[in-house]
Amino acid sequence: MFKRIVALGLAAALLAACSRAPDHVVFHAKDNPARLSEWGLFKVGGKTLATTDRVVVYDLATPLFSDYAQKLRTVWLPEGATATYDETNTFDFPVGTVISKTFYYPTSGTDRPGDSKVVDKTTAQTRQSGAKGLDLKNVRLVETRILVRRENGWEALPYVWNADQTDAVLARAGESIAMTFADGARKTDFVYQVPNVNQCGGCHVQDFKTRKFEPIGLKARHLNHSFDGPQGEMNQLTRLQIVNYLKGAPAPDRAPRNAVWNDTREPLEARARAYLDANCSHCHSATGAARTTGLWLRAGELDPRQLGACKPPVAAGKGTGGHTFDIVPGDPDASIMPFRLASRNAGEMMPEAGRSLVHGEGLALIREWIANMDGVCQVTGESL
Amino acid sequence: MTVRKYALSACAVSALLALAACDQAPKAGADGLIRDPAFETKLQEQLLDAKAGDVITIPAGKYLLTKTLSLAVDGVTIRGAGMDKTVLSFAGQVSGGEGVNVTGNGVTVEDIGIEDAGGNGFKANGVKDLTLRRVRAEWTAGPNPKNGAYGLYPVQTQNLLIEDCVVKGASDAGIYVGQSRNIIVRNNRAEYNVAGIEIENSIGADVYGNTATNNTGGILVFNMPNIPVSGVGTRVYKNTVFANNTKNFAAEGAAVRSVPAGSGVLINSNDGVEVFDNDIHDNKTLNVGISSYYSTGYQTKTGIAPNFDPYPEQIYIGGNRFKGGGDSPDGQLAVLKLAMFGLKGRLPDVLWDGWRNAKVKSPEICVDNGEAQVLNIDGPNKYANPKIETSFACQPKTRLPAVVLTGALADKPAEKPATTN
Repeated sequence: MFKRIVALGLAAALLAACSRAPDHVVFHAKDNPARLSEWGLFKVGGKTLATTDRVVVYDLATPLFSDYAQKLRTVWLPEGATATYDETNTFDFPVGTVISKTFYYPTSGTDRPGDSKVVDKTTAQTRQSGAKGLDLKNVRLVETRILVRRENGWEALPYVWNADQTDAVLARAGESIAMTFADGARKTDFVYQVPNVNQCGGCHVQDFKTRKFEPIGLKARHLNHSFDGPQGEMNQLTRLQIVNYLKGAPAPDRAPRNAVWNDTREPLEARARAYLDANCSHCHSATGAARTTGLWLRAGELDPRQLGACKPPVAAGKGTGGHTFDIVPGDPDASIMPFRLASRNAGEMMPEAGRSLVHGEGLALIREWIANMDGVCQVTGESL
Repeated sequence: MTVRKYALSACAVSALLALAACDQAPKAGADGLIRDPAFETKLQEQLLDAKAGDVITIPAGKYLLTKTLSLAVDGVTIRGAGMDKTVLSFAGQVSGGEGVNVTGNGVTVEDIGIEDAGGNGFKANGVKDLTLRRVRAEWTAGPNPKNGAYGLYPVQTQNLLIEDCVVKGASDAGIYVGQSRNIIVRNNRAEYNVAGIEIENSIGADVYGNTATNNTGGILVFNMPNIPVSGVGTRVYKNTVFANNTKNFAAEGAAVRSVPAGSGVLINSNDGVEVFDNDIHDNKTLNVGISSYYSTGYQTKTGIAPNFDPYPEQIYIGGNRFKGGGDSPDGQLAVLKLAMFGLKGRLPDVLWDGWRNAKVKSPEICVDNGEAQVLNIDGPNKYANPKIETSFACQPKTRLPAVVLTGALADKPAEKPATTN
C-alpha cells in the first residue's frame, strides 16, 4: 500500500511538471483526466484551496454521513446553460455540467496534514463550510469525486489527493486508506474507502430500470436553506437562480425543504426523516437498489409500514441483530434499523458502503425518533 | 461478436504499479492465501473497463480480497479455473454487502469459488439473462450465525440459470432466488445452510436435479409480504432432499428462522407450487410442509401489506419417493408427534398448518402421492385438534408449464415438461 501511494504521488509529480493546470473549469466531454487539476475547478496554492470562476459552492440541509468527513460541494455549468427545476427529483442539468465533492478532515499537531494518518472530529472551531474555499493549514484533503454530465449521461470519477495536497489522481478502482479518527482523546482506527466507479453507482443509480447515474444532493429539498457565498448568506435556490444556473424554481417558501438533522429547534420527526432521506433513500426507495426490501425511506414516503414500522425484514440475514421488525414503535433496542446503523461489520451494517465508523449522533437521532413512536406490533400465529 | 480474452496475472498491472508491486511475484502465505492489493485493484479495474463479449479469466489461486468485487457491464463472462482452484476469499472483508456483485445483463460467472464473504457471497440485482455455472459459495467454518446470509443471491432478475453450483454454510439460504422471473435452478448441491435452496416471491421457477442435505430446510418456496413481486408457479422435481436436520442457525428475525430443523421441502404462503418425482427422506420434522405466513411468527396487522395473500394455494404434491423422516421433529411439533403417534411413531410425510382463506371455497391443495398422508396440525387453534386431512385427495385441474429460458440462455437443454399422470 505504501509503495503504491508513493508511486501515485510520483506519477502525479511527473505529470504536473509537463503541463499547467487550467485556471477555469474545463468540461472533458469524453476523456477521463488522470489528474483532478485538469478539470480546473480549484486553485490550489500554498495552504489554500479556492474555487475558480463561476464555480458555485453549495451544501445540503442534511447530508450523507461519510465517516465524519466534511465535504466541499461545487457545481459548475457551461456559460449560458441552465438547469431546470424539479420539485422532487434532481434538477435537469445540461450536458457540460461538472459537480464535485471534496472530502476533508481537520488535523492537529502536524505540518503535513496531507500525510496525517490521524484525523480529527470536526468542532465548531475547526469547521470550514468551504463557501469561500478552504484553509489547508490544518486540513487533510482525502478525495474529490467528480460527477460530469456528458452526452450519454452522468459519469462518476473519484480522485485521491496526494500527500502534498497539490493535486489528486484518478482512482477508478477506489482506494482503501487506513486512518485513525480522533474524537478528543478517543481514537478509532478505520479504513476510509474511496469508492470505485461501480460503488459510486451504488448510490447514484437511483432508478434500477434506467441504470443512469444521477446527482443526489442537487434537489430542491436538500438545497432549500440559507448558505454563505460570494453574495453573502442567502437561500441556495435563490442563489442558483441569481447566477442563472437554475430556472423554473418557485419562491423558497413554496419549495420542499428538508430539516437540518441536528438543529434541535426543528421537530424530531422532520429531522429523523431528513436523516433517513439523505442516508438511506438513494437505495431504499421504490426504484433504488433496495427497492427489493420494501423498506422505502424517501422524504415523501407516508406509509408507516413502508417506513419500517412492524415490518419484517426481507433479506437482512444476520443484519437483523436478532430482532423481528425493522422498527418496533417505542422500542429502539428491539428494532433492526438502529442495530444496523450501530454495526461496523460488513453484512450487518447500513449503509453498506460509504462508512466504516458509526455515526453516533445520527444513531441517537434515529433511536430517539423510534422511542417516540406510538403503536405495537401484535403478532398473530406462531412459528412451527 | 468478437470475444476478447483477458488473462489476468497478479502482476499484469500498469508499468508504474508493476514496479512498485511486482518486484517479486506474490506468494501465498502460510494459510495458502495470496495477499496482493495490486491484484485486487487490477481485477476491479478490468471489471470496470470490460466490454460486452469480454471474458475475464482469473487464474488458479486463492486470493484474499477486502472489498466487494463489482461488475456493472452487460455481456461479460467471469471465468475461473475451477470452483476449487480459483478461489476469491473475502475473509476479513472490510467493505461491501457481498463478495461479488453483478448489475450487468447477460453476465456469466463460472468455475469459481467465493468464500467467507462478510454478507452475501454473490448478488445480482435487477439483471436479465444471468448464468451461474459451477460456482461455489461457501463459509468454510461450517454452520455459524455469523456467516453471511445468502450464497448465491439473484434478486429481481429475469431469465436466470443456476447450474452445477455448490453452496455451503449460508446463515440464511445457500441459493436464494428472490423476486425473479423465468428461472431454472438445476443440478446444484446445497449443504449445511439454513435453507438449501429458496425460491421467494418469484414467478416461473423450475428446480430440478438438485441435492439438498444437511441443511435446516432442504428446498423452500416462500412468499414474503411488503415486496413488489408476488410469487407463483414453481416446480420442484427430481431432486434428492434428505437428512436436512441441521439446527437452525439463522439470526432471529430472518424469515428462515421460522423453519424447523428437519424440513425437506417447505412451501410458505406461495401459490401454484408442484412438488413431484423427488427423493425425499429422513428429514426429521417433515418431508413436505405446506404453511401460511401465520406460521412464521411475523404476521402482524399493521406490518403486513393488506393485499398480501398469506395462504398457500394451488399446491400439488405427487409421485415423490418418501422414506423415513418425521420421527424426531423440532419445536412444537415434537409434542404433537408424541401425543398423536407415540414415542416410536413418526409424523406423516406431508404437514399442513391448517390456516386457510375463509373467503375461498378451497385452497386447491392436492396430495396424490401413494400411501403418503397429510397431517393438518390445526395451527389456527394452537394445535388443539390435529387430524389426518383427507380433503386433499385430488388431482390438480391444470399443471404448470415447463420454464423455457430465452435469448442467449435458450439453447441450454431444458427438461421436458412433467409427465402427466
